[in-house]
Amino acid sequence: MTTTLYTSDHEWLAIDGDVATVGITDYAQQQLGDVVFVELPKVGRTLKKAEAAAVVESVKAASDVYAPVTGEVLEANAELVAEPALVNSDAQGKAWFFKIKMADRSELGGLMDEAAYKAHTA
Amino acid sequence: MLARDDHDSLNRTPLHGLHVSLGGKMVPFAGYDMPVQYPAGVLKEHLHTRASAGLFDVSHMGQIALRPKSGKLEDAARALERLVPQDIVAVAPGRQRYAQFTNEDGGILDDLMVANFGDHLFLVVNAACKDADEAHLRANLSSDCVIEPLSDRALIALQGPKAEAALAKLCADAPAMKFMDAGPRKVAGIDCFVSRSGYTGEDGFEISVPAADAERLAKTLLDNPDVLPIGLGARDSLRLEAGLCLYGHDIDTATTSVEAALEWSVQKSRRSGGARAGGFPGAEKILAHFDHGAARRRVGLLAQGRAPVREGALLYANDAGGEPIGQVTSGGFGPSLNAPVAMGYVPTSQSALGTNLFAEVRGQRLAVQVAAMPFVKNTYKR
Repeated sequence: MTTTLYTSDHEWLAIDGDVATVGITDYAQQQLGDVVFVELPKVGRTLKKAEAAAVVESVKAASDVYAPVTGEVLEANAELVAEPALVNSDAQGKAWFFKIKMADRSELGGLMDEAAYKAHTA
Repeated sequence: MLARDDHDSLNRTPLHGLHVSLGGKMVPFAGYDMPVQYPAGVLKEHLHTRASAGLFDVSHMGQIALRPKSGKLEDAARALERLVPQDIVAVAPGRQRYAQFTNEDGGILDDLMVANFGDHLFLVVNAACKDADEAHLRANLSSDCVIEPLSDRALIALQGPKAEAALAKLCADAPAMKFMDAGPRKVAGIDCFVSRSGYTGEDGFEISVPAADAERLAKTLLDNPDVLPIGLGARDSLRLEAGLCLYGHDIDTATTSVEAALEWSVQKSRRSGGARAGGFPGAEKILAHFDHGAARRRVGLLAQGRAPVREGALLYANDAGGEPIGQVTSGGFGPSLNAPVAMGYVPTSQSALGTNLFAEVRGQRLAVQVAAMPFVKNTYKR
């Protein structure tokens, strides 16, 4: 059973045990517009919470995606690198960015559930 | 996000209400509340313009009539030649030419279009510079010209391969116009100024229309299913692929027309040995650049990877170490090329086509190559 949580920077985390799958929200992709390039962290890299972890670029601009939690990158979505437009078509599904093995689950405490995130973006 | 008050303090073009009703995402640009994109999005808007036709509101730009006090157009043309390195006297009635206002250091104060409307010159200048340009004209040309800002007019660009057919329905004279023809025309019965020009690399038109008629004309053009509204986002990616300069980015007060690779826009008559050589601000430096070359040059850059190389990225000769040799002045993703495109300044000695360089993006040196512009072949009707 996975739980999905959200950050105020418009990332989603699907939590399964101590592994979080991270992406950007549908709201975020709407704000960015057509995504043309995604750069993901290398597998094995240790990310600190709030560190720039990935980059998502639209025709107009580049935006950083920050690590929502501290941990080690287990997997990066190669399909997304090959087809960045997946961010626009399926932000909260096929367009996951990376999977991270969380070092400290207590970091999840500050995140929002879906209802709270909806209120945040309303 | 902008608060409501920020939007309220911005100027609005006569088409503002139309943009909002079409779902335009409004952003501040040069003091105006302008649509950066519509619901279709930058990518589709860009590709639609290259495949069909796009309508752009460029009413924020300045439109100025320059009328000779003597009644002789040549006197206005000669007067304007005191401020630009272009041959304005040779612009025939019904024709338009690209020009630059230069400063005493040879830099560029603004770039503009100058059209000969028979009894006066018609100028289109950049939005961010228009007040300064008007003051500059008044300070220098008032003895010879009446300077009349046409602030009660909107400006609509219609660009793309289907622009001619779309405009022909409303203006039977349009198809006969050639690239850079310009003059008064009736469009949908409205007294307009029409030029066959634009800022996309595509064939197309720019239509100056009285503010009161602008929305009606824009809606009539948009009734044609081939025509979609296009925001500033796609306007920027289109002009970048076309290799066209954006003032304040690719050209400014620190670049000469030669450094900017705009030699083609300076006619021989104004260069050393020409009939009216010099006589414009900064002529000494600009003509020296013509005669002896400039140390740096604006070039096109194609990245070898997929990562866009954007404005401000430093350029290096090698993949590690060394000092920067130049900087990217415009860059992004070119939807028609489906690849990153950029332009920037490099030492002239490293400006040859095919020169391999590196652009620093997020701490990494990415391979780029000096490439010919335009990146996408233009389709002007000459």
